[in-house]
Amino acid sequence: MTLQAYLTLAAMLFCIGLFGVITRRNTIGILLGIELMLNAVNINLVAFARFLGDVSGMVFTVFTICITVAEVALGLALVILIFRIRRTAVADHLDLLKG
Amino acid sequence: MAVSGFLALWAWLAPGLAFLILSLVVPLRRSGKPAAWLSIVVSLAALVAAVVAAWHARVPDVARRMLWEWIPVEDGVLTSVGVLVTAEATLMLILVALVSFLVQVYSLGYLADEPPASLGRYYTYQSLFTFSMMGLVLAPNFVQLFICWELVGLCSYLLIGYWYQRPEAARAAVKAFWITKAGDVFFLIGIVMLWSRTGTFDFAELFELVQGGGEALAGLGLVTFFIYLGAAGKSAQFPFHVWLPDAMEGPTPVSALIHAATMVTAGVYLLFRTAFLFEQTPDVLAAVGWIGAFTALLAATLACVQSDIKRVLAYSTVSQLGYMMAAIGAGFAGAGFLHLLTHGVFKALLFLAAGAVIHAVGTNDIHAMGGLARRMPQTFIVFLVGTLSLAGIPLFAGFFSKEEILSAAWAGGLTVPFGMLVLAAFLTAFYMFRVVFIAFLGAPAVASAGHGGHGEAHAHDAPAIMALPLWILAALAMGIGIWFSIAHPEAEFVPPAWLTPLAVGVAVAGIAFAWLVYGLRAISGDRLFERFWWIGEAAMERFWLDDLFALVYRRVILGASRSIGWVDRYIVDGILNVLSAWTLTAGDRLRRIQTGQAQDYVYGVALGVLLLMVWMRWPK
Repeated sequence: MTLQAYLTLAAMLFCIGLFGVITRRNTIGILLGIELMLNAVNINLVAFARFLGDVSGMVFTVFTICITVAEVALGLALVILIFRIRRTAVADHLDLLKG
Repeated sequence: MAVSGFLALWAWLAPGLAFLILSLVVPLRRSGKPAAWLSIVVSLAALVAAVVAAWHARVPDVARRMLWEWIPVEDGVLTSVGVLVTAEATLMLILVALVSFLVQVYSLGYLADEPPASLGRYYTYQSLFTFSMMGLVLAPNFVQLFICWELVGLCSYLLIGYWYQRPEAARAAVKAFWITKAGDVFFLIGIVMLWSRTGTFDFAELFELVQGGGEALAGLGLVTFFIYLGAAGKSAQFPFHVWLPDAMEGPTPVSALIHAATMVTAGVYLLFRTAFLFEQTPDVLAAVGWIGAFTALLAATLACVQSDIKRVLAYSTVSQLGYMMAAIGAGFAGAGFLHLLTHGVFKALLFLAAGAVIHAVGTNDIHAMGGLARRMPQTFIVFLVGTLSLAGIPLFAGFFSKEEILSAAWAGGLTVPFGMLVLAAFLTAFYMFRVVFIAFLGAPAVASAGHGGHGEAHAHDAPAIMALPLWILAALAMGIGIWFSIAHPEAEFVPPAWLTPLAVGVAVAGIAFAWLVYGLRAISGDRLFERFWWIGEAAMERFWLDDLFALVYRRVILGASRSIGWVDRYIVDGILNVLSAWTLTAGDRLRRIQTGQAQDYVYGVALGVLLLMVWMRWPK
């Protein structure tokens, strides 16, 4: 397998995640999309570490996974709070910034 | 040498100091009487200083100057302040100080019933007026003169509107301010034109320019004409004279000081002081003479039909100012100045005596008076002295100056104006003795004409504090007359031999005619009026000049203001309103692209990144 294949995989994964973030109406779905995008980045990091023989990329990935976990916990907490206050978790209804 | 300069300077600054104290120390001003005494003492000090200054400066044609740089510019001094003391200026200074001192003393009695705060305000204005008028008299250049000129105008406005609760007084004050201001604008333009031509405001430097032939002074006619317009506004020359009779709404002492003796003569004084400039423009000078003589005749006609004693005196003042201007226009400014001085004395006397009458009777209407000679003998005597002086009877002050003016007009070659002045002299004697016969000698008016609390029967002579200034002025009016009879002032011309008999004859004829009509009633006043109905009606309507001014004010000035206001409101403001409306609409449209949906923003960011990438990889 070449580096190209890994990068292509990561790019596709990123686009799927982005598509989810943009189109999902449920806030939890958006969070899942963000997870996919972050994992695409992880694949990139690991692939470069493997092919360039530099271990620091893998170390970086461990950090990213930790941060991702924290981000998900925080994101879900926010969603629950929003749901409690506004009785909805649908993104279309959360438009307080509407001009 | 410098003594007179110093003294004149102190005479000038002392009332200014009094004004500053009175205006800054509020409790003193509100206390009334103490404020009055401060002002009176200071004006007495100014009078003494002025007299001593005049004694030191009695040699004519020697100017003493004390100047301080005021506005320095790159190459020298733009203008200075200071005093320019000549023999004539100190005489005028004495007149100003004397009349203002006497008027302030007199006002203590005349305004005794005023609340203390108003009295303090009155004396504050009086001090400011004395200061400004003296600054005007002593001004060494046009800038200081113009500033003081405006200051006396301001004081005139403030004092006419002293009883500002009365709408007529407030309106008269505004009218006086507006009309004199119309002349002042031209005056200012004239000064600036003169400066752009010669580069100096200074009288002495201008005089040197004139002496040196002065190519810079070629085509000066417009400049002097504009300066004359300023003087005409201040000195109530036709057609600007309409403000002066209305100015009688102020307290009578104010009328005596400002609207008879000093401020209204400022225009004459200006022309006297700058006579060397006017001599360069004979055409303007002739116009000054013609307008002056015409004003004298017109105002004398108007005075004949007035029934308000103060208005008779006001038109008489306008008429006498016309005389002075006529003399200046004839090229003999000295004669006009002489009449200015004597007129200042006897007209102040007449006004103060009229004030004593009004104070006693409580009305201005001469037909409501009658028979006052018996009840107010002192006032009658001093009024008679003033009247004889004004009519031009020998041994009284007005005789010499008036004769001098008549001969000046003759010598200056103004034949038609000379005729007008002689006719005006006849009318002067007539209308003044009309007042004397109706108000002082006639039968007491019927009781129904009496006004309210001040019963006609209770009329009596004024208290001593008001009588004293009257006697001083009466003594001066006679004293000057007798002194002139002994030491006749040398004229710059030889009057024709028939002139003195003519002047006296005309005055006596006027008196006799008034006696026939109002004393003996041999000629019915009503029939006289019917005979001359065309001029009588016109005079009753003041020759429609006031209406003309009102018309100009309402139609032209207000109309122009309204149309300019319309342009401002609908065109200037309209453009701005349209622009702002467009901005608002555009903002409202743009607002809608902010949906508030986080996903839309993410979509925008993603699209932007994609476009950026496409742009970076785009083949060149």
